[in-house]
Amino acid sequence: MILRLVERAAVLVISLAVASVLVFGFMAVLPGDPARVALGVNASDEAVAALRQQFGLDRPLTTQYFDWLGGLLHGDFGTSYVSKVAIGPQVADRFQVTLWLVVVGMVVALVLAAPAGTVMAARHRRLSGLALSALSQLGVAIPAFLAGILLIMVFAVKLGWLPANGWTPPASDPGMFLKQLILPALSLGLVQGAVLTRYVRSAVLDVLREDYLRTARAKGLRPFPALWRHGLRNAAVPVVTVLGLQLATLLIGAVVVERVFVIPGLGSLLLDGVSNRDLLLVQDVVMVLVVAVLVVNFLVDLLYVALDPRLRVAR
Amino acid sequence: MRRWNPSLVVGLAIVGLIVVVALLSFVWTPYDATLVDPAVRLASPSWAHWFGTDKFGRDVLSQLMVGSRTTLFVGLVAVGVAAVIGVPVGVFAAMSPRWVSEVVMRGNDLLLAFPALLLAIMFGAVFGASTLTAMVAIGIATVPSFARVIRSGALQVMRTEYVLAARAAGRRPFPVALRHVLPNVTSLITVQASVSFAIAVLAEAALSFLGYGTPPPTPSWGRMLQESQEFLFSAPRLAVFPGVAIAVAVLGFNLLGDGLRDRFDPKLEDRR
Repeated sequence: MILRLVERAAVLVISLAVASVLVFGFMAVLPGDPARVALGVNASDEAVAALRQQFGLDRPLTTQYFDWLGGLLHGDFGTSYVSKVAIGPQVADRFQVTLWLVVVGMVVALVLAAPAGTVMAARHRRLSGLALSALSQLGVAIPAFLAGILLIMVFAVKLGWLPANGWTPPASDPGMFLKQLILPALSLGLVQGAVLTRYVRSAVLDVLREDYLRTARAKGLRPFPALWRHGLRNAAVPVVTVLGLQLATLLIGAVVVERVFVIPGLGSLLLDGVSNRDLLLVQDVVMVLVVAVLVVNFLVDLLYVALDPRLRVAR
Repeated sequence: MRRWNPSLVVGLAIVGLIVVVALLSFVWTPYDATLVDPAVRLASPSWAHWFGTDKFGRDVLSQLMVGSRTTLFVGLVAVGVAAVIGVPVGVFAAMSPRWVSEVVMRGNDLLLAFPALLLAIMFGAVFGASTLTAMVAIGIATVPSFARVIRSGALQVMRTEYVLAARAAGRRPFPVALRHVLPNVTSLITVQASVSFAIAVLAEAALSFLGYGTPPPTPSWGRMLQESQEFLFSAPRLAVFPGVAIAVAVLGFNLLGDGLRDRFDPKLEDRR
């Protein structure tokens, strides 16, 4: 168990290191230097040279890399080449906003998928199961931003129940915060829920065929109680993996959904960075997203072991 | 083996329809898809314009038809890139000694932390947004899933007796990979290609929606959606048509993938 933990942690650290090299390297090999890109093509050579010196872009790449990495480890994300503002506080602010979307979206997905997938599996030869299956196929085909637009059309335009866009911090007006959170979180959650439903279904179907479940039924337990007491924990293991992968999808989905609902999250920051040619900002935000994905995968790995004691002795 | 299953039939029908529409758009569309006609801007659907017109008076149906070309083109190239890199990597990993395989697959997993959209936005930031950067970025992001699926398929083939026999007869790994392993994972490649196509269609739509995909004036479903956003109150149909097109295309490729999987591996049929 401890060996596995150490091994996983080592893999995480190595992955993070390689990812940082990839992100830094990718941004460093661009055809043109960040200072020139930030100032635009008409900038004088002196201005570019001054900016390069100001931000240390004239130093060797390895020095720049370790400086950047060291800064990240201390929570210092550097200063934007374009706006000359510290990037760290912006990233922290925006990350909170995105986190709200992702977490509430995930909750919506789970609340939807766990019962729907179980019913689909338990009734997979009946009409109700098939109907739910078809519905989930459709859900999988709709991207989150499209779901967002459709939800706006129904709940904001037609019914006028909820605001079409905007963002209010929870501290300043909790009521408005909730109202504005519902549609974006639903657009992320409904779509992920549809995907997740299919995994829950196939996991539960696998469990339904197991001997221990037949034994439970033979003892006289009715189908749903048998599944509840003996099946769902086993079915949870594969579902948790998918959940981890989906968190990554949700984070990226949030980038687009933030655009639809005009929400000042990490995605908007990233896209603004790209359109302002603010390369350090882009580099930082991409790194934050990649770190988030890798850390989530690591946690999922640990959760596995907690859920399935058999994996503890496997190594 | 059941040759036809509902997923396969519906999937093939949808994908076939999109291909036919895309081909048809080369020779005929109701109007020039990029023709700006201020006289009929934001016209409702009518006999003259079946799906109405957008804010520039461009015919929505013609734009949708030409947009299907963009979708298919981006999907084809992206899946091509993913397969050309992912299949050899998967086969190589399966045939290598354990530690090499482990290193390759760890690297592969790392790439999974860069989803298609993020990679494409990075590519866009560095090289400028274009159809080409979108296709390559989506393709590279789809490599890991290809490599993973092909590796596990190839590992199974490696354990079969004919491969063992070929190796025992002294054949070198490369010819074995080419003559025995590759032909036996083609069904996996086909299924994965179809599933990846759906992912590519989604990613292209999202990228164009964000303004990092196909640049105007070339019609693209994602950008049609983005342009429709300012008219959600006055002309919601402008969002509905490209939205339905995207959803139907993704549905088609997903169903095709499911159907092919069931057809190649009937044991799994019950599970879907």
